[in-house]
Amino acid sequence: MRSDRTLTIVTRTLAVISAAIVVLVVGFLLRESTPALRQIGVSRFFTDASWHPRSGEFNLTPMIVATLVTSLGAIVVAAPMGIASAVFVNFYASRRLAAWHRTLIELLAGIPSVVFGLWGLVVLAPIVATFGGSGQNLFTATIVLGLMVLPTVALLSDAAIAALPREWIQGAAALGIGRSAIVGWIVLPGARRGIGSGIVLALTRALGETMAVLMLAGNIVEMPSSLLSPGRTLNANIALELGYASVGHRSVLFVSGLMLMLVVSAIIFLVSRQRGTRRDR
Amino acid sequence: MLITTENVSVSYNGRTVLRDATIDAKPGSILGLVGPSGCGKSSFLAALNRLTEIIPGASVSGRIRFDGRDLSTVFPSSVDLRRHVGMIFQKPNPFAMSIRRNIELPLREHGIRDSRQLREITESVLRDVGLWDEVSDRLEQSALELSGGQQQRLCIARALALKPQVLLMDEPCSSLDPLSAERVEQLIDSMRGQYTILIVTHNLAQARRLSDQIAIFWIQDGVGRIVEQGDTEEVFNNSANPIVSSYLSGRQG
Amino acid sequence: MIDNGTVATAQHDRREFCVTVAVWCAAMSVIGVLIWILVDIAIGGLAEIDPGFLVEDVQNAGREGGIGPIILSTGLILVVCLTVSIPLSFGTAIALTERVGAETWFARNVRRSLDVLAGVPSIVFGLFGNAFFAMTLGLGYSILSGGLTLACMVLPILIRTSEQAIRAVPAEYRYAAAALGMKRTTIIFRVVIPVAMPTLAAGVVLSVGRALAETAALIFTSGYVARTPGSLLDSGRSLSVHIYDLAMNVPGGGSRAYATACVLVAILLGINMATSLLLRMTGLRHRSETGAAC
Repeated sequence: MRSDRTLTIVTRTLAVISAAIVVLVVGFLLRESTPALRQIGVSRFFTDASWHPRSGEFNLTPMIVATLVTSLGAIVVAAPMGIASAVFVNFYASRRLAAWHRTLIELLAGIPSVVFGLWGLVVLAPIVATFGGSGQNLFTATIVLGLMVLPTVALLSDAAIAALPREWIQGAAALGIGRSAIVGWIVLPGARRGIGSGIVLALTRALGETMAVLMLAGNIVEMPSSLLSPGRTLNANIALELGYASVGHRSVLFVSGLMLMLVVSAIIFLVSRQRGTRRDR
Repeated sequence: MLITTENVSVSYNGRTVLRDATIDAKPGSILGLVGPSGCGKSSFLAALNRLTEIIPGASVSGRIRFDGRDLSTVFPSSVDLRRHVGMIFQKPNPFAMSIRRNIELPLREHGIRDSRQLREITESVLRDVGLWDEVSDRLEQSALELSGGQQQRLCIARALALKPQVLLMDEPCSSLDPLSAERVEQLIDSMRGQYTILIVTHNLAQARRLSDQIAIFWIQDGVGRIVEQGDTEEVFNNSANPIVSSYLSGRQG
Repeated sequence: MIDNGTVATAQHDRREFCVTVAVWCAAMSVIGVLIWILVDIAIGGLAEIDPGFLVEDVQNAGREGGIGPIILSTGLILVVCLTVSIPLSFGTAIALTERVGAETWFARNVRRSLDVLAGVPSIVFGLFGNAFFAMTLGLGYSILSGGLTLACMVLPILIRTSEQAIRAVPAEYRYAAAALGMKRTTIIFRVVIPVAMPTLAAGVVLSVGRALAETAALIFTSGYVARTPGSLLDSGRSLSVHIYDLAMNVPGGGSRAYATACVLVAILLGINMATSLLLRMTGLRHRSETGAAC
């Protein structure tokens, strides 16, 4: 059994390495952030006059707001459409149409964000521009971001709805309850856990998205005053400025990255906790 | 209501499971549908309330008549049909909601919105199935917390609330413990005369106890068929069909 | 009662109609947008592509010429990524499926850290890769840095799909082999993995798709250089980075960006088809072994 011992040792070591990567990532983020945290201090990220790194101003607030607006806005777009899509595929479409629809949604999920950004830039932005401005603003970015995370909501809701016991639906139909009422009163409440985790996962994806938003939100760092204002998210900011940042500036960028990661990890941790307790029951 | 079917056949994805089912159910009577598994009995019931419409790949042919008139003329809308023809399933399937809402939801869907009316109907049907004394103090609790027998009686109450004329029952007692099964059976017996009941059952003794008429299903040439029909005692005692008499005496099937 | 019925039916029908229309509209607009995007990319891109496009050198900052060196760099980055991530993930998957069914403390925590890793934003991977691979390990802006960073990114997906592939192998196979006195190592390598192979391959292909779509992580690790790389330590540009550069930094680069996007989407579509083909193979294999369809 010696080769079995070797196998166990080797595979467990590999597993530990895999698990350790996350620790490594956090570690390096902390290491690079420490100069900024120590010399500039967290409160200044919210109280400085503006974001002008070269003059030593490091207010992150406009970018935090832009990040929240685009991510939450993306959910506002993606959630109803994704849930409707899942309902469509399970209750309104013929079997062939449903199969096609599912395939198309999977395709949508695979399109790279730069391609979304490119399309948004060339096709969508000019359309939005007819309402004023250059078309490169938070609104365009939010719509495209919504399209990008829609498959996540759709696919997870679809799975949750398909997993409902068929007796519930047959029983309701046998009572003469109409299709829309079955969907509204029985299916959606029954599948709400799966749909909920689809939405949360979509939110984490939206928060983590960089390229499409970078290409579409216009790149002015200021507090957005309306949906048609341009803005810059934290991710886009890192992508734009890391290349030429001086040491102090670079450190602040790492702080913003750390912030993002902590928020996303917290959400994921809470969700996996909840899912874990459900499994134990 | 008098139900007659003429040569009803049911197939799933091209494969026929029931062929040429012709029966007569007299108003207010209990018609037992018996036979071994796989003879198409449940499919027959599903054809009667058009539940086959939501089963993928199912198709039905043949004529179904209520009081002499074609089903599709009397009830062009399936929603309307199912108000008059209720169905009880083998495994109790209450909704994951409170007991009260289980009964009120179908009522609301069919247009009864007045809360006093709803409460009256709820109490009345729960009394009819003998559940009122057991659950009147916990109507807001989830129906899933009831025992199997209570859940099945709740499902019957739910169906009765719509004041149907016909009840289709697919082995309503088979997943219940003996005590609950007996209570449900007594309930069904008490409904004789008020409703036309078609009940599928594997339990020959139950069929003999409950049903006024009986229809025997059997598999012939790979599809289900009705091989005999008539008054229950007649069929049990004097069947001319050798398969039927040996099945009913427990020697086969 | 009759009046109630009539009113109810009319209200009923109206509501059914509205909901049906709403659901169909939503579903059709989703499909519509997808088709719009694909058609747009195809039309814009195909116009620019000729056979030479895929092999020629990049000229005039990408406004002319082809994407030969870009494809080469992308391929090299993928090779580095897979060389590191495949052994790591297969090994981890085997470790996680040691006990059939039970959830050990070890497995649960490895899984939890992988879940967190899976959610890390791609730009944060870019920061990490830049700080760790490029700076601390001294690899600089290179294909090696980019490939290693991508390996960290695809690890969670690859581990999850490999684990599922291994778990999908019926336990009876393992029991039969163990009853014949086979060692665990032999069971895994000679019985379980061959059966799980199509699903394992599908997982790898899925990860390749994910890696190809990555941009933010590569900008700060493998860099921007559009020349043909001479070695793994040279900087190289991937397809997605090229699209980004042409769209944002190069005036007039739009049409070439479309062409490159077209190539990238075509590759991804191919990957999508390969994945479903592989997964369908698993189904077929099972059916032939158990006889009739269950």
